Amino acid sequence: MMMTEENEVESTLSVCGHNIQIAEVLKDGEMLSFLIVSQKLSGTGEYHVHRNYDDFEWLQHNLFCQEDVAGIQGVIFPPLPAKAQVNTAAKVMKQLGFLSLGEWQPYCKALEVFLQQVAAHSILSKNKAVEVFLTNPDSPGKQKVKKNIFNRLSQAVDGMRKEGHKDVDDFFQTARDHNLVLTNCTKTVTEKLLEVVQTEQKIAVACGHFSAALLLCVEPGDDPNKQAFSKVCVKLSEVFESMKKSTTGVSENDVSTMGLGLDLESRYQEAIKEMLFRRTCKLVELEHARRNAEKAKPVKKAAMEELRKAAETEFEDISRVAKEEITRFEAVRVKMLQQAMVQWCEKQLLTAKECADQFTQHLEVFRGMNFK
Amino acid sequence: MADTDREDEELFTEPSGTQSQPASLSTEDVSANTNGPNQDALFDDDPEDLFAEATEEVSLDSPERDILLSDGPSPAITPITPPTSVIAPRIGHTHDDMFTHSSFDEIEEEEVDDSFDINISVSDPEKVGEYVVHPVQEQKTSMSLFKQREFSVKRRFSDFLGLHSKLASKYLHVGYIVPPAPEKSIVGMTKVKVGKEDQSSNEFVEKRRSALERYLMRTVKHHILLKDPDVLQFLESSELPRAVSTQALSSAGLLRMVNKAADAVNKMTIKMNESDAWFEEKQQHFESLDVQLRKLHISVESLVCHRKELSVNTAQFAKSAAMLGNSEDHTALSRALSQLAEVEEKMDQLHQDQANADFYLFSELLGDYVRLLAAVKGVFDHRIKTWQKWQDSQILLQKKREAEAKLQFTNKSDKLQQAKDEIKDMEGRVQQDERDFEQISRTIRKEVGRFEKERVKDFKTSIIKYLESLVLTQQQVIKSYFTFRYVTASV
Repeated sequence: MMMTEENEVESTLSVCGHNIQIAEVLKDGEMLSFLIVSQKLSGTGEYHVHRNYDDFEWLQHNLFCQEDVAGIQGVIFPPLPAKAQVNTAAKVMKQLGFLSLGEWQPYCKALEVFLQQVAAHSILSKNKAVEVFLTNPDSPGKQKVKKNIFNRLSQAVDGMRKEGHKDVDDFFQTARDHNLVLTNCTKTVTEKLLEVVQTEQKIAVACGHFSAALLLCVEPGDDPNKQAFSKVCVKLSEVFESMKKSTTGVSENDVSTMGLGLDLESRYQEAIKEMLFRRTCKLVELEHARRNAEKAKPVKKAAMEELRKAAETEFEDISRVAKEEITRFEAVRVKMLQQAMVQWCEKQLLTAKECADQFTQHLEVFRGMNFK
Repeated sequence: MADTDREDEELFTEPSGTQSQPASLSTEDVSANTNGPNQDALFDDDPEDLFAEATEEVSLDSPERDILLSDGPSPAITPITPPTSVIAPRIGHTHDDMFTHSSFDEIEEEEVDDSFDINISVSDPEKVGEYVVHPVQEQKTSMSLFKQREFSVKRRFSDFLGLHSKLASKYLHVGYIVPPAPEKSIVGMTKVKVGKEDQSSNEFVEKRRSALERYLMRTVKHHILLKDPDVLQFLESSELPRAVSTQALSSAGLLRMVNKAADAVNKMTIKMNESDAWFEEKQQHFESLDVQLRKLHISVESLVCHRKELSVNTAQFAKSAAMLGNSEDHTALSRALSQLAEVEEKMDQLHQDQANADFYLFSELLGDYVRLLAAVKGVFDHRIKTWQKWQDSQILLQKKREAEAKLQFTNKSDKLQQAKDEIKDMEGRVQQDERDFEQISRTIRKEVGRFEKERVKDFKTSIIKYLESLVLTQQQVIKSYFTFRYVTASV
């Protein structure tokens, strides 16, 4: 779904990033197991690997823990959906929203997009873990997960206070303000669409019930009036079967295009929020370091200066990467949303036309019914 | 007026005149006739009351059963002969075989006139003085029954109830399926009383208006009822007499009715020797149909409820999409999101229209038929009662014969003569009761046939309207999406 950028930087990945597929999802005890297919860059051939959620988490942690990469905290990390299992708790299902529907098909799509985004990312794709994840026949998830800087920062006690900390750069202040608004709006839209979809599903079920109940009204016998009424009931039952089918189709279209798109956008806005927060925290750290260096007694001065320099470099790196990321993401995001809306429209148009044809046919049947 | 049925009955000369037959109930003396539950207590006529309303919500099937389960017409009234209200001959039909005895069965041999065409519409309520009335407009063609082509009268809700009450008391116990009147509703009435101008009170007004219209249409479609003087008066008179009987149901009155009905039901476990398998089969059939229709009704109500929910959710989605569009920096994307909001607002409207179609074309139709079935059940029950009456007369006759036989051995000649006279009377009664039973059986057979035919037409008509609305809705959906596609393509 996402558009991939031109890969200008050399990637260590031996597979094609933009057409990674999750071909299958299987039940493996309590866990869900995903079959991931990727195309070899050199010549023909594919990699088929089985991964479960723990493996995805392993990958993500590896990406987070690249402390040697300058400005890594400025990266907008492709968001990984929450963990889903064969029997997922109701609370998690609610959190998953659209991804909990449709027999895990949307969920697979979301994981697919995650992998595609990682593989397409100029910095992230260079991480060895990506190659291992995609190509190694064995499951890597059994390795112990290192503690990473992100855990520390996102659990900062005074997080709320830092979030509002005024920025030194207009670009970022605007980005933060805008992100705040967008995050809330997108979350609301996603929730509202989900409610629409859930009601559509209820209607489909109700149509099914009505259709079945009508068949029970069929009356046996030779009496022409009874036969006429029975025919009416049978044909009406067919009408409501059609209605059930079309409502189900509408609902599925909503999920697979607009729903998925909004869900991804929503999670990405959260990812940007986290990234901007990391940078803000770095800013606070930097301002601390500056003050400490200023106030430092001659004995400690040199050490404080070192810390200040390090903080400044880190902050500059983060800001640089962040700016690139934001700019890149903006373009991608607009295209992605537009695609989602276009696909949604196309699918709904098709379903509506089929539906109109069906109902017209039913109408002709009823008009043609002549009873003595 | 032209030739009519029986020589001994008075002719009904004009629609708005007073009724002259002893058999039919005039508006003024209804309260004196205890035909059924105490009519006085039935309806409350308080001019302050909008809709002159009841204080209880009447369940789906109580009115008809209660009227029927009460004792039949009081002995002072001779058996009702509905066709005496025929004013003019049916077009193109001769009455050669009309003059058979005192029964009225031959009148019903007439088929429904195919040139029948009457259209009734009931409009939204208006206030006239202190009362709330519904304007009723009728248009008729090719009926010499009526003086004019078009009529327009104003009727209160209690007038409709009164009409039904009169028709029910005249026709139900001889086997005619009288269409039930719309239900009274406390909740709806209260909301309108309070003057709430919100959606639910508007819905209530429309629901009632539609129900009144359907009620009148069903009533006039019945070829016997159409000719009833009360019906004609209802449709044509500019002023309806304010009948004492049209009083809304008070809680005490309702309780009385319910208790009386319960008693009657207990008495109703009469074991009838059903010689006619047709009736047994039909009774079973209607019982199972009742169950099916109720299930369908519940199913549709659930559908209507979800559809309304969808409309609300769609509106909220539209609003949130608009907000997102407003927050959006990218111009083209912002425009696309605003367009999405517009499309969804249109969808909301379409969902509401759809919910209305679901409701008026199916939910109300099914509800009407559940209530109609109660009337059908009622006439079947009345047939049983009529049979019972006949059996009782036979038993009484037997007793009198035995008494007379005993008297033979005494010398009380005057008593003997009296006994013989009584036996003669009783024999007459037994014969009459038997004729009544056969009559009601015949009537019911015809009525059931008519009901089953009407049922098909009714459903077919509703379904066609529904499908037409569905097709129209889909076309509008398609149009909306086309517009949207055009806008988003330019992002």
